[in-house]
Amino acid sequence: MIVRILGDAQYDVAEADRPALHQLEEALDVAVEGDDEAAFASALAATIAEVRRVGTPLAADTFTASDRVLPFDDATLAETKELLAGPGGDER
Amino acid sequence: MGVMKRMSGILQAKTNKLLDKAEDPRESLDLSYQKLLENLQKVRRSVADVTTAKKRIELQATQLQGQADKLQQQAKDALAQNREDLAREALARRAALAPQLAELQTQHQQVADQEQKLIATAQNLQTQVDAFRTKKETMKATYTAAEAQTKIGEAVSGISESMGDAGMSVQRAQDKIDAMQARAGAMDELLASGALTDLTNPVDDIQAQLDQVSSTNAVDNELAALKAELGTAPPAQLGAAEPPAPAGPAGAPS
Repeated sequence: MIVRILGDAQYDVAEADRPALHQLEEALDVAVEGDDEAAFASALAATIAEVRRVGTPLAADTFTASDRVLPFDDATLAETKELLAGPGGDER
Repeated sequence: MGVMKRMSGILQAKTNKLLDKAEDPRESLDLSYQKLLENLQKVRRSVADVTTAKKRIELQATQLQGQADKLQQQAKDALAQNREDLAREALARRAALAPQLAELQTQHQQVADQEQKLIATAQNLQTQVDAFRTKKETMKATYTAAEAQTKIGEAVSGISESMGDAGMSVQRAQDKIDAMQARAGAMDELLASGALTDLTNPVDDIQAQLDQVSSTNAVDNELAALKAELGTAPPAQLGAAEPPAPAGPAGAPS
């Protein structure tokens, strides 16, 4: 599974590491839905740390779309919700 | 659907449409490359903007620090002349500058972080530009139009995603700089003429009083020296803050 961290890079996360990551992702979802800034910050940090720990960064000449995308490592809850809300910040 | 999955959908939707224009998927390779180059330029301009913002904050911090140092020196001078009241005033004004300086330091840190991130983004894009330049030619040569549909489609959406990511990084840095520029503009005005000078401008009255004290001392000293020369009076005590008493007891010659 390919995971991109915005402002960082793409990582290949092996099948075996997916369950742990999935748990973290659920915590992140709960924090976003519950509008819980503190929980969001810690869930995001934990998820990003896990992706960086278990994932292998993709080589620069690998051009592939990601299966999952994580917000910027210092993103706020509000910023993330804004990203999720719509197409905003249309490229071009 | 989870947040991470939704974000990936949003990122792809955002950029894929620009590639729908190409009739032949192989054309989309050139189009992607073109877009990638434009993106790199955009990120580089943004790095320059962030660097300018950082320098501006550094300049302001230097000016404020200079004023704080000046007040510190004035406090010392005042104490040396036995004017504790003036020294206290100077130190109080210096303390009032501290929060402004701390604020500038925080801003500086934020801008420096943004700068680092954008530089990394620019480097990543540059690497991709270099890699894609050769890869797209290989792909064009290797795949038939039919194969190209899927193979190239995959590469192109990968490129799109990188560009979407870079575009968002630039936008983010720009938003932060804009907010900071507004505050920096306000600070410039403060430094130039406004409220901050209310803190430091009266320094001039501290300075005026200090100057007053030292010139009075100098006159007293000269007077005493003249009197001593003429032998009309014993030498006055040097360095006295108040004018010598007309017939008061004089100190021993030093």
